[in-house]
Amino acid sequence: MTHALPFRTFIADVEDRPGTLNRVVSLFRRRNFNIESLSVGRTERTGVSRVTVVVRADEDTARRIEANLYKLVNVLRVQDVTHTATVVRELAFIKVKVGHERRGEVLKLCELFRARVVDLHPASLTIEITGAQEKVHRLIEVLRPFGILELLRTGAVAMTRGSDEQGAEQREIMPEEHSDGIAA
Amino acid sequence: MQQQVDAEKRQVLRSPRTSGAKRTGAQLIWEMLTREGVQTVFGYPGGAIMPAYDALPGYPIQHVLVRHEQGAAHMADGYARASGKVGVAIATSGPGATNLVTGIATAMMDSSPIVCITGQVSSAAIGSDAFQETDITGVTLPVTKHNYLVTSAQEIGPTLREAFHIARSGRPGPVLVDITKDAQQLTAELESDPGELRAPNRSVHGSGWRDLQRAIDLINTAERPIILAGHGILKAEASQLLIEFAERTGIPVASTLLGLGGFPATHPLSLGMMGMHGEAWVNSAIQEADLLIALGMRFDDRVTGKVATYALNAKKIHVEIDPSEINKNVKVDVALIMDVRAALEELFGHSERRDRQAWHDHIAMMKGDSAVRDILSLPENGRLFAAHVVHDLWRLTEGNALVVTDVGQHQMWEAQYYKHDHPRKLITSGGLGTMGFALPAAIGARFAKPDDEIWVIVGDGGFQMTACELSTCAQEGLKLNVAIINNGYLGMVRQWQQFFYGGRYVATPLKNPDFVMLAQAHGLTGLRVTRREEVAEAVARARAEPGTVVIDFRVEQEDSVYPMVPANADLHDMIRRPNPLVETAGDS
Repeated sequence: MTHALPFRTFIADVEDRPGTLNRVVSLFRRRNFNIESLSVGRTERTGVSRVTVVVRADEDTARRIEANLYKLVNVLRVQDVTHTATVVRELAFIKVKVGHERRGEVLKLCELFRARVVDLHPASLTIEITGAQEKVHRLIEVLRPFGILELLRTGAVAMTRGSDEQGAEQREIMPEEHSDGIAA
Repeated sequence: MQQQVDAEKRQVLRSPRTSGAKRTGAQLIWEMLTREGVQTVFGYPGGAIMPAYDALPGYPIQHVLVRHEQGAAHMADGYARASGKVGVAIATSGPGATNLVTGIATAMMDSSPIVCITGQVSSAAIGSDAFQETDITGVTLPVTKHNYLVTSAQEIGPTLREAFHIARSGRPGPVLVDITKDAQQLTAELESDPGELRAPNRSVHGSGWRDLQRAIDLINTAERPIILAGHGILKAEASQLLIEFAERTGIPVASTLLGLGGFPATHPLSLGMMGMHGEAWVNSAIQEADLLIALGMRFDDRVTGKVATYALNAKKIHVEIDPSEINKNVKVDVALIMDVRAALEELFGHSERRDRQAWHDHIAMMKGDSAVRDILSLPENGRLFAAHVVHDLWRLTEGNALVVTDVGQHQMWEAQYYKHDHPRKLITSGGLGTMGFALPAAIGARFAKPDDEIWVIVGDGGFQMTACELSTCAQEGLKLNVAIINNGYLGMVRQWQQFFYGGRYVATPLKNPDFVMLAQAHGLTGLRVTRREEVAEAVARARAEPGTVVIDFRVEQEDSVYPMVPANADLHDMIRRPNPLVETAGDS
């Protein structure tokens, strides 16, 4: 049933303190909100981390997720960026079972997706791809027939495009990045 | 308010202890509690909190020694609910801290502001499974509004200040502060210039003029509106405003269990309690309403019955301070995310004066058809029903007692038959439904309201969960009246077994101690009542005694609470009292 629901992406600025991530994750567990992906890391501000979380939720549930996140004292700011112009990226490592005879095909696909080969072995290739979740998903699908030995996805990180109205003064505005290949 | 705080601050600053010298973390704990205006704490000492206890005698704070830490948390909760101020419990690490958990969860579910201070093993030993070490911040994470692990003396002041602020602000709730033993022993300076407090519950959600306008339009055009008054009325001190609003708009008021007393039960517009054991006509009226104005309540499953068939004809306005409650259980048409008091002030000025006589007549007609109060019209053949006890208590105390109830059948009978006309005169565990709550919560209430007449109404099962706190009553020389509604069963479970489990009474019959002798063993007075005509005399004796009195009311053993909406049934589909001899259709 939950699979019928659309993906929603939230970004939350949280205090970088012991246990903060535990509080965020515990909230999703306790309220029975299903996490599709979650990633966390430092930001330009000392003591502030950014959590990007993707969940399947309808509009009402999305509002409640946002409201519940705000109830956590260590959460500074929450944005539901599902319908906002954002740059969303995910990184994946894909280890493909491929020998020299079909390696060329895989490398061609990598080029098409602007993926990089990060490890080469006589019987396998490890590919690194960065992109929107859909792009990562599509590369995985085209590689699946070769045989995927190992797969690792970091989960999405998201940032709103343009100058951010609520925190712009503290943030360096970076130039818009160049095109990121197909399906970006 | 601010003046009072300033006065307290000046007083603290004048005292020699606060002349800028360094203090131990233990001293800082009491210093901060004093600053917060705390006069009483409920606690139990142990290894990891001993430095704090050792520093206590230097401060103007009364410590109440409980018999089990669960009692300490309930006492802090009872204190908070009776006074509207923050209650404080204190315990040691490990088992002391885990024993608090039931009380913390109770406070969380009912939005009660308490601060729990626990000792923790020294910071160097954390994570080593040291003696009496428990990750209590981990354990209590889902049942606190917020919690802290404090590992240095200089954090103690700012942390406690923030803890009190969080406990009482927005939607109140419990906050736990876990302080390592070394943090209590080391020294730090008292913060002389406290910075800005963080405001919890910051939210982008807000309600603007457009939402208010929509609510006002709905109220002014509704023909069959009902106000659903919840705990938020009490929290926001909005009772008087609610009375004025209801009278102006002619809208009848139904209450949740925790909302009882927020609107006078004897007011002509009062419908009484709604929900699982609410009045049948009230539930029917809700199902027929065209507008529900929900004030500081959260559409609990005990209030709605089956959500899919709940008040389908009604538009719904939800006034609630916590935005995460909006559309959680019931989808609403207008959400006013604000303090109930602020919302009522806005709505009052723009709502039209109406009498809505046709709607009142219709409800009165349904009421005439109903027979909830039937048990009071029983022939006076001496048999003792719990409803008799509660009804007589209400009459004899002229409805003015502060009543603290436990959980189960007696709790519902109290809600049905004791008519509360004033806020904060009923204290009960609603959301969590914690048996064992009543006696310790009443002890807490006693310290908040030294002059109130307090009655504990408790079942024989729940009483035994925290009966050890009778020792606390004896040691502190407290005056409480304890009415045990003794039917020899875990009555509510027995009732469910009767209705839904083929009458198989599995693990519900109780072999009880002699409660009269139990009271006497504590040096307290114990009385026994087995017949209706003995009730008044026993109540009179209890009221006259200076100390705590326990009355063992031996009531009808297999009586059930009627009416009843079975779990997840339609709200209007209630089980009614089956015995025609008992059902006399009169509302006395």
